[in-house]
Amino acid sequence: MLECKKMISLISRNTKCYFKNKFTFFTSLITPLILFVLFATFLKNIYIESFESIAAEFEITIGKRALNGVTGAWLMSSILSVSSVTVAFCSNIIMVEDKMNASINDINVSPIKRTTVAVSYFISNFFVTFIVIVTIMLIGHIYLACVGWYIPVSDVFMILFDCICGILFGTLLAGIVESFISSQGGISAVSTLVSSMYGFICGAYMPFSQFSEGLRNFLGLLPGTYGVGIMRNHYMNGYIDEIVKGATDPTVADNLSKGLKDGFDANLYVFGNRIPLGAMYGILLGSCAVLLAVYIVIIILRNKNKK
Amino acid sequence: MVIEIDNLKKSFKDVKAVDDISFKVKKGELFSFLGVNGAGKSTTINIISGVLNKDSGKVKVCGYDIDEKVNEIKSKIGIVFQNSVLDKKLSVYDNLKYRANLYGIFGTAFKFRLEELSELLDIKDILKRQLGKLSGGQKRRIDIARALIHKPELLILDEPTTGLDPKTRITVWSIVEKLRKEDGLTVFLTTHYMEEASDSDYVVIIDAGKIVAEGTPHGLKNEFASDFIKFYNHREEAEKYFSSLGYSIKNERDFTEIELKGTAETTKFFKEKPNIFEDFEVLKGNMDNVFLKVTGKNLQGG
Repeated sequence: MLECKKMISLISRNTKCYFKNKFTFFTSLITPLILFVLFATFLKNIYIESFESIAAEFEITIGKRALNGVTGAWLMSSILSVSSVTVAFCSNIIMVEDKMNASINDINVSPIKRTTVAVSYFISNFFVTFIVIVTIMLIGHIYLACVGWYIPVSDVFMILFDCICGILFGTLLAGIVESFISSQGGISAVSTLVSSMYGFICGAYMPFSQFSEGLRNFLGLLPGTYGVGIMRNHYMNGYIDEIVKGATDPTVADNLSKGLKDGFDANLYVFGNRIPLGAMYGILLGSCAVLLAVYIVIIILRNKNKK
Repeated sequence: MVIEIDNLKKSFKDVKAVDDISFKVKKGELFSFLGVNGAGKSTTINIISGVLNKDSGKVKVCGYDIDEKVNEIKSKIGIVFQNSVLDKKLSVYDNLKYRANLYGIFGTAFKFRLEELSELLDIKDILKRQLGKLSGGQKRRIDIARALIHKPELLILDEPTTGLDPKTRITVWSIVEKLRKEDGLTVFLTTHYMEEASDSDYVVIIDAGKIVAEGTPHGLKNEFASDFIKFYNHREEAEKYFSSLGYSIKNERDFTEIELKGTAETTKFFKEKPNIFEDFEVLKGNMDNVFLKVTGKNLQGG
């Protein structure tokens, strides 16, 4: 019980340190900001043209609210799935800073278990990332409500669940990678690399469907891809349902729905096989379980080597 | 005894950081642990404070064996690190609160202890200020407050005054002295300033992981340091006399300095050659001389 109180105190301290450092907080928001700027400047028009051209093949015209909404929803799914990882990497900087300025020694001379300290970093990173992601989500949802809202309530809850899965994945990955970093140069390099690369890898800037088949298959081997996939489904399903209402023929409606989902990554194909939504969750959560096991092994080994 | 160390060894790959050292620290003592960077001081402190595993040997702190009761030992030790390791973005209050929590001190117990420390260290007015914006002296007082937050029996000061201005150094030492006198606190000190070590009750000098000398400052000076006579007149006569006896002579602008083997020699020369002893002074060797003699190295202050 006392150890639990100590852990809660450390979580509070880590969280406060993160939010008090405005530079770190701003760095965390770089990826969503870049995506937003790209969207506002030219991506939005490209997406609109793409949605309209797919619908035009089926002689369907998409209403303005649904069109603006679905592009915004696609953006939101990109921002949230990518930020779940990039924000986690940036906010975990508290752990690296503690190593850099020897604060960890000050914590370790106290009567607290090293496991408690490690878990507190993980939980505070999860908590901080969750706060940032939920804030971005709320802002995004206000935008979607203004331009066109067609997301069922059930999908809103699923989006929240998807965020939690993505944050869990991002937090564990950041915890493992950054446990080996103890310098400013190291953390800067990793944060920059993750912030710039992860968006491309996850198809945040460009749908997978526009990549070559070989690259698509390779990306299908990365668990983060499925974090984007589940988010795309829950953000876009409501809009696609609204768009296909314009088709009177059920076959046309089905084909249009499939065309839109294929074109915008709600349907993911790896080696020619479509990955069902359940399987996407399975792969993502399975990866989290593997990462958790690795994280635990690292903590145990570190404890053994030092004390 | 507050610390009992027997045959302690610790290596990092092929480097013997601590090589079979043994020493004891008595309750209420000011104990100085001296050595150049890399001599093994920090490794020893890290082992004593339970941060690092030892390879072999026995370590007992406040009666507890470190192999069995490391958390009890951690509760009895307060450490002031060379550089402040508190959170610069947080307020002084938050820093002390979060560190107190690590020792199981919460709520009113923390507030009560904070009140005591605020009085002792005169930090009441800066509790709400951001730690990173405090002066060096203020930060040092907060570091001491953090080390004392759980009322430790042993205070480890790891080069506590390195880089501080003389006024702040005096402030730090007056606080430490007060704690020793009023609370009977045992102080384990590492320092680069030999005048600080001179005031210790006991000194251990470590070099390349081994203890090369130990004793009281007075005893060490008598054993290892030379005495000096400075002649301010009759300089030529003194130089002639002592050079004929084979002594080391140093001529400065105002005086001629003769290095003696011991204090007793002064009396002998005073009797033999009273005419040259008109304007002179006898200086006992200091801890710098001791350190240089036993390690062959200078302990440079920061």
